[in-house]
Amino acid sequence: MADKKLLLGDEALALGALHAGLTGVYAYPGTPSTEITEYIQGSAFARERKVHCDWSCNEKTAMEGALGMSYAGKRALVCFKHVGLNVCADPFMGSATTGANGGLVIASCDDPSMHSSQNEQDSRFYGSFAMMPVFEPSNQQEVYEMTRAAFDYSEAKGIPVLLRMTTRLSHSRAVVESWESVREQNQMHFPERPRQWVTLPVNARERNRQLIKDYAGFEEDAAISRFNLLEDGPDRRMGVIACGLAWNYLMENFPDGCPFPVLKVSQYPFPRRLARELAAKVDSLLVLEEGQPLVEERLKGVFDTPIPVHGRLDGALPRDGELTPDAVRAALGLPERPQFAASEIVVPRPPALCQGCGHRDFYTALNQVLKDYQGARVFGDIGCYTLGWMPPFSALHTCVEMGASLTMAQGAAYSGVWPSVAVIGDSTFTHSGMTGLLDAVNTNADVTLCISDNLTTGMTGGQDSAGTGRLEAICAGIGVDPAHIRTIVPLPKNYPDMEKTIREELEYHGVSVIICRRECIQTAKRHAKK
Amino acid sequence: MKKDMILAGVGGQGILSIATVIGSAALEQGLHLKQAEVHGMSQRGGDVQSNLRLSSQPIMSDLIPRGGADLIISLEPMEALRYLPYLSEDGWIITSTAPFVNIPNYPDMEAVRAELGKLPRVIAIDVESIAKEVQSPRSANMVLLGATAAVLGILDPDKLRDGIRRVFGRKGEAIVETNIKAFDAGFAASLKNRQ
Repeated sequence: MADKKLLLGDEALALGALHAGLTGVYAYPGTPSTEITEYIQGSAFARERKVHCDWSCNEKTAMEGALGMSYAGKRALVCFKHVGLNVCADPFMGSATTGANGGLVIASCDDPSMHSSQNEQDSRFYGSFAMMPVFEPSNQQEVYEMTRAAFDYSEAKGIPVLLRMTTRLSHSRAVVESWESVREQNQMHFPERPRQWVTLPVNARERNRQLIKDYAGFEEDAAISRFNLLEDGPDRRMGVIACGLAWNYLMENFPDGCPFPVLKVSQYPFPRRLARELAAKVDSLLVLEEGQPLVEERLKGVFDTPIPVHGRLDGALPRDGELTPDAVRAALGLPERPQFAASEIVVPRPPALCQGCGHRDFYTALNQVLKDYQGARVFGDIGCYTLGWMPPFSALHTCVEMGASLTMAQGAAYSGVWPSVAVIGDSTFTHSGMTGLLDAVNTNADVTLCISDNLTTGMTGGQDSAGTGRLEAICAGIGVDPAHIRTIVPLPKNYPDMEKTIREELEYHGVSVIICRRECIQTAKRHAKK
Repeated sequence: MKKDMILAGVGGQGILSIATVIGSAALEQGLHLKQAEVHGMSQRGGDVQSNLRLSSQPIMSDLIPRGGADLIISLEPMEALRYLPYLSEDGWIITSTAPFVNIPNYPDMEAVRAELGKLPRVIAIDVESIAKEVQSPRSANMVLLGATAAVLGILDPDKLRDGIRRVFGRKGEAIVETNIKAFDAGFAASLKNRQ
């Protein structure tokens, strides 16, 4: 009998991968993707089958680990948030050239509306960029089924598949019915076409021509895919193209069925043939897609007879932010439901560093010292401590992406900024900070690196941090003078010592590292309960 | 039959435990369910909400449309008001009266009370005091769930009690009883509040 479980979209993906015969998941935590890997880590089924599920240092090492697993003929899953795809863009693009041997599925979880992110880039663009098929499920059950379908497709076509998720699907629960049959893991076997795994120009040129041909085939596959449906409707004034999750918002507004012809799209490359079939029936098109207007832009030049196309580009839908049932309702021309006016007394409640958090004490001490240095600039990084930008601390001047603190601090220092201070967390340091530290050592940059070490990957809920217990050794190994690797414990009673240490290292004209170490209070609470 | 509800509060208050119990009872009853949650940065003391939808029919959207929520269930009074445009015209607000002040510009409590007072169907109770009165100080969220049970409709209160037993069962009988007591106290307070 089929098993029914209440699962987050992320968990449905994890279960789908396990049941598809997964040998390993490779991932770095990032909202909204974290729960995929956590589900596998907590799964008895995965333990029995010895599924690899340790966190990777970053998305690039994750992608490469998974590619190696695919090379060896086994099924591998890579997971990260959308900006993680930038970190692993090099191996990701390369994997389209090598192709897949064992099924290789790359789950990239987008965060439109930036609930917990710095941008709302749409991973589907990476799919067409790499000439890779993209699967975009619309609900939790489809996530489960399409994950297995993605592995199947990857193995059948010898290509990695990008599985695109978005926040509302990743972090929403619904009942998922799972297969009765569970697939075994692959036996190890080497690729049939070994040349394309060596991307020397002589091989890559040939492979690129093949991939261009294959990509046309992928589009035809999408046109006949069971995940892409062209459904007729009686009202021909408009045809709707609904991608992924957007289909739910369309149907929410038509509980008795959509009166317009609808093309539901969950598999890419975008099947232009189906769009032409739809356009031939209707007077105009409305494109509903979560994220950026990929399909809407792609429709240009597709039709022999011009047809008005509405969507995010012409303002029928908001240009940014995630879709909602209400935004879709307005685009469909339906009247607003009666509703209460928004209360005028409600004020925003932004997130803040937890009471008792070590980052707070670190910023308090740092700010106290920097009062005496008018020209000081503090280059921040990605993590809970980015919240130090907000009052009462107002302690940061920049935050761009993982690892940018120390490298930006070097460029600024070279340009005359002093003191030039970088603030990074322990997990972000081992994710993307270590190479920047080697740059600093090699150029003897006049920078002070503060590693605010809470012994975990805090913002995503407390996952293992790759360098825990070894940060001093890592910095010394990279070549920082051990006399300028200082460790402090961020607590109010230590403010005088902390300030003295920070001041001394600001005054040292070379590379110094201050490791500010106290366990994350969230993980500390959990440890205390155990 | 459907019930759409927005659970609201401040990160860390425990709205997801309420959702978990309702979800457990709904599944037991064979209802369809969708529950959108907030994870990540907002959990750090920011405003958080969960859209919980129950229905005897398949549910499409993970998000509740404006004017569609049958209930707003909030562990914090200003947070209850944040989602007002989502409340249906005949919907209920069930809220804790205790403000969670972690921002400098929190509105005057009189104004918050007055704003809630303007609405036709509000159950506002001091869930924390009630939890303490029944010696369940850490179960204020179950007091709120009990208060909700009085107007929820789609799920029988006994089904919710069973849900509490299932959800908290692995923590031991004492924890289950503490939570049931809190639930019952909330249920009683809610009936009284409506009179």
